[in-house]
Amino acid sequence: MTADAWAQLALLVVLLGVSIPVLGTYLARVYSDAHTTLVDDASEPVGPSGAGAAPGDRIFLPVERALYRLSGIDPTAEQRWTTYARSVLAFSVVSVLGLYLLQRIQGALPLNPNELTAVAPATAFNTATSFVTNTNWQSYSGESTMSYLTQMGGLAVQNFVSAAVGLAVAVALMRGLVRRRSGTLGNFWVDLTRGLVRVLLPISIAGALVFVSLGMIQNVNSNVEAVGLAGAPVAVPGGPLASQEAIKQLGTNGGGFFNANAAHPFSNPSGLSNLLSIYLLLVIPFSLTYTFGRFTKDRRQGFAVLGAMVVLWLGSALAAMTFESDGNPQFDRYGVTQQADDGVVGGNLEGKEIRFGSPASGLYAASTTGTSTGAVNSAHDSFTPAGGAVSLVNMMLGEVSPGGVGAGLYGVLVFALFAVFIAGLMVGRTPEYLGKKVQGTEIKLATIFILVPSVLILCFASVAVLLPTAASSILKPGPHGLSEIVYAYTSAANNNGSAFGGLTASTDWYDTTLGVTMLAGRFLPIVAVLAIAGSLARKQRVPVGPGTFPTNTPLFAGLLTGVIVIIVGLTYFPVVALGPIVEQLSL
Amino acid sequence: MRSQLVAGLRTFLVCTVLLGLAYPIAITAMAQLAFADHADGSLVERDGQVIGSRLLGQAFDGAEWFHPRPSASGYDALASGATNLGPTNPDLLAAVEESAVAYREENGLDPGAAVPVDAVTSSGSGLDPHISAANARLQAPRVAEARGLTVQTVLGLVEDHTDPQALGFLGEEGVHVLELNLALDELTS
Repeated sequence: MTADAWAQLALLVVLLGVSIPVLGTYLARVYSDAHTTLVDDASEPVGPSGAGAAPGDRIFLPVERALYRLSGIDPTAEQRWTTYARSVLAFSVVSVLGLYLLQRIQGALPLNPNELTAVAPATAFNTATSFVTNTNWQSYSGESTMSYLTQMGGLAVQNFVSAAVGLAVAVALMRGLVRRRSGTLGNFWVDLTRGLVRVLLPISIAGALVFVSLGMIQNVNSNVEAVGLAGAPVAVPGGPLASQEAIKQLGTNGGGFFNANAAHPFSNPSGLSNLLSIYLLLVIPFSLTYTFGRFTKDRRQGFAVLGAMVVLWLGSALAAMTFESDGNPQFDRYGVTQQADDGVVGGNLEGKEIRFGSPASGLYAASTTGTSTGAVNSAHDSFTPAGGAVSLVNMMLGEVSPGGVGAGLYGVLVFALFAVFIAGLMVGRTPEYLGKKVQGTEIKLATIFILVPSVLILCFASVAVLLPTAASSILKPGPHGLSEIVYAYTSAANNNGSAFGGLTASTDWYDTTLGVTMLAGRFLPIVAVLAIAGSLARKQRVPVGPGTFPTNTPLFAGLLTGVIVIIVGLTYFPVVALGPIVEQLSL
Repeated sequence: MRSQLVAGLRTFLVCTVLLGLAYPIAITAMAQLAFADHADGSLVERDGQVIGSRLLGQAFDGAEWFHPRPSASGYDALASGATNLGPTNPDLLAAVEESAVAYREENGLDPGAAVPVDAVTSSGSGLDPHISAANARLQAPRVAEARGLTVQTVLGLVEDHTDPQALGFLGEEGVHVLELNLALDELTS
């Protein structure tokens, strides 16, 4: 890796380090309420509608009140976990149907200057589930399939709300951990609205304007057709891009306006826009650990979780940056120079853009798969086998390094329950987390959480390999073909959305099975998490004693990292061995 | 469940209006006011005629032009994308070999000469506007000869149309093929 590559990584770490406490504290105040005061001082002012006072109330509160009125929501109503879960599901069902409908009738609606027709039913189903589940798997090519109205009024709306749903579920779990003898977890509609109005919308507005200043397009013009310098016809596509690109990164969505996603020069014009994109997709997932520290009134609880996330993220980023900078050894025999040198842009450049280069492409790949973003600034399918395996394993880890907006935190907290459970087994004590006894109910639900994605991935991938119609979508059979299929289901089950693009996934088989995988991979774990939260909220707090296993230490961070790696490693090692590991060894 | 569905539907509609219409329209208005050139696609004009976008690569053939990288889409901006060929795919290796042979032939290099990797690989978007400086330097003698310029002059232009790294260290520097070719054409026509 070059010195510039190290400097780039260092700048990103510094930007995140500065942002995490600020945004983490802000998020804590946004979701604080009368039941969960953030400071020990009981005189902490409690705002109207049960929510705690938060910065910007003067601007945001009137907006929120108007939205509650329009949506017919009573913001003071507290919900049990079952009601909270029903609200999440009801909102998501409506969203899937609404987005499906919009795609099917886009031809008859305005803001369609390039006159695109209705999206095919299987593709529309796949896309609707994909965006509602925060996956943003794309079995279509944006520039030739989706009208501007579908992009901004359908897809971008789900970019916002699916991220806000993730935040809400994470907040509900935190409340479950800190509330005592409480039957309720807050109000989903309030959490959804506050996340949108106070977090996602303001940062997206700023991000979109910065992106335009760096060269991104933002218009509703039809495509410009012209004659290029050498006389060949050229086209310049249009569209409301920057507004969508900002929330796509911030909300860890990842769905591209164009087929090439963030490799497209309009979506990612420079090395600077590339770094800012990576920053945006990491900032909320990492900051939520600080929010967790504020909720538990022990910042070190947050740091322990953050530590595990950082180890996994930094490890995968360094691995992908190194593997891609080293280049594809197969090219050597054709006299191709891949060594970065005076004027040579080094590394495995197949599927990569010059303006980013190999290290920044590796960093992007590790960050987009470590969060559940799935945006790509380079073709993951053409990465070296080891570099591509980093992306695959990142997703298999269950998206906790640092994971999607909200989804990363609730995922890592489920792993934390496992960690205290395993530690408890070793010393023969009932495990506790944050003073709450972790018992059969919680562990059973946590097991469901962990098992759902692995069952989906391994079963569907096995069937796809055996089924001739599904297997024929592989570009070239062999270990890499297996990787392509496993990657697709892993991406869908963990709601990532990136792809090994060589797999032709725009078939009815993949559109349907991947759609089902995304729905099950998103909502079964969410229901399990809310059930855990409901069960924990009812419990009384056990006082800290000499036998209590502290969960706010580096030791716990290490244990947590180990539990994540071991649980995942045992589940997926055989299939990773047959795919990328065999391919790497064959080089 | 029914009351949840009603609340869900109303929230969905409110969100669609606020986030799906008001937000992008407001951003479009602000972007058009503050950064109209960028917002419309950084169009490049010649004699009042649009000839493309500064950000999007174009196809160039023929000895008198600098050539861009190979492209999966043939530089069709309405079909962006990569080859998506796996790292051990025989089709990829054949394409790399073929490109390397053709590149040496075009530019009068020895059969065993080293070729920069960007000259034989396709980009992620198929629209990469840049080539590496090493790639441009190897093409310069051919272009100079075809246009009756000295190699020195052409190398000077290459230097002038090299985009530096962002902030001096982010990403990589690259030679902007469209602007370089435009400058060459202005010089010789």
